[in-house]
Amino acid sequence: MKKLLAILLTGILAVGITACGNSAETASAKSEGYRTLDEIKESGTINIGVFSDKNPFGYVDENGTYQGYDVYFAERIGEDLGVEVNFVSTEAANRIEYLQTGKVDIILANFTVTDERKEEVDFALPYMNVALGVVSREDNEITSLDNWNKDDSIIVISGTTAETYLIENYPDIPLQKFDSYATAKEAFENGTSVAWENDNTEVIAFSLQNEGYTVGIPSLGSNDTIAPAVTKGNATLLDWINNEIEGLAAEKFFHADYEATLTDTYGSDYEESLVVEGGKTN
Amino acid sequence: MPDLGIDVLLKGSNMLRLLQGLWVAMKISLVSIGISIPLGLIVGTLMTTRFKSLKVIFRIYLETIRILPQLVLLFLVYFGSTRALGWNLSGEMASIIVFTLWGTAEMGDLVRSALVSIPKHQYESSEALGFTKGQMYYYIIIPQTIRRLLPLSINLITRMIKTTSLILMIGVVEMLKVAQQIIEANRMTSPNAAFGVFLVVFILYFIVCWPFSTLATHLEKKWR
Repeated sequence: MKKLLAILLTGILAVGITACGNSAETASAKSEGYRTLDEIKESGTINIGVFSDKNPFGYVDENGTYQGYDVYFAERIGEDLGVEVNFVSTEAANRIEYLQTGKVDIILANFTVTDERKEEVDFALPYMNVALGVVSREDNEITSLDNWNKDDSIIVISGTTAETYLIENYPDIPLQKFDSYATAKEAFENGTSVAWENDNTEVIAFSLQNEGYTVGIPSLGSNDTIAPAVTKGNATLLDWINNEIEGLAAEKFFHADYEATLTDTYGSDYEESLVVEGGKTN
Repeated sequence: MPDLGIDVLLKGSNMLRLLQGLWVAMKISLVSIGISIPLGLIVGTLMTTRFKSLKVIFRIYLETIRILPQLVLLFLVYFGSTRALGWNLSGEMASIIVFTLWGTAEMGDLVRSALVSIPKHQYESSEALGFTKGQMYYYIIIPQTIRRLLPLSINLITRMIKTTSLILMIGVVEMLKVAQQIIEANRMTSPNAAFGVFLVVFILYFIVCWPFSTLATHLEKKWR
């Protein structure tokens, strides 16, 4: 029995080492797992990874058609390249993996540019801003986090950038933490806190859907951007996308995109602060 | 009756899309089950042989598959095969491979334990009665094994059907993914839809799994 166990453990170890070895190897030897611009044009189809369940950025409508801000741009890319777009449904957790294995040519899935991700994939020019925002009641509007009254607290969802930002920059503000959007929303509506901090798109959508709330601080913290991403090293495709984004500025393409896909959720007041045109952030 | 938001399923082709998602899930699980059961019977029988090395190999295979969560297996086969070998498997193909590997391992172990559980005197008495080896297995051992095997393998089949809900992670749009898409697409207009849509998903999983359980109960009674 002991012998068997030893053999078994060795086997498992071997499998584990091979599995780890694979990922290490890909970084150096097999990183050519992408299609160049010409190869995509030749094949007549481009594979674009989008979310299929993140309304209003990438989702599937009741007729089974992909819709949303990211999808609108993806369709334009296909049009200008002269190829068909094959939409691939991706999840937040597998976006990088899809690019690294070349299973999609571009990721357009509300992909926030971060330094860690830049090591894994190549980002093109941004096409949208994201930041944190704070929503409060209209009769007690919070427009600044300075000179905070210690008796008041702010609601955050655990594990989000909103939580980290407050802990790092305003350690004195008491926080009420919730695990899910639904519980945080319920607590805020019941008046347990004066304000709720979250992604600015989320708080804006909340204030528009619910009477009596206003976004006193629409943009807080480091301004991050959303950009298309391609497999690391795929320079031909990356250059083409960058040119495309710059070229589309002339016709104010992303403003049109916003008006077509995001106005229903965010209204037109936030168009200027959310849209990035021609890859130029302010 | 509270508003469950089931009406979102009546919009456009939503219900049809949900059923198509169910079909994708069923196709993958049924194909995998169809391959796993015969392979599992062979693996299980080989695991009871006297060849020690064969036993060890299958034991390692079984334990490896068992220890790794199905999600890890899916990622390994879908993305790993591209990285290491340059194969470009479709999500469906990768799912069938993973479910077959998993199903064969589990089925093999069930067959092994069922064979081992047949008391030694059954073999000895049939030898004493002058049965040949083939006759012994055909008339004595296999019928008893199948009876012990049946409830366990039906349990495995329903488990495999339900585990297809993981394949959305490798881009296969099956029933659960369609359900999430429908709920999210209607996030603004019917925020309660999650409950209604998941209720329908629950009922659909039940409808496909229930006949297997009934069949098992029926056969168990019949063979008693």
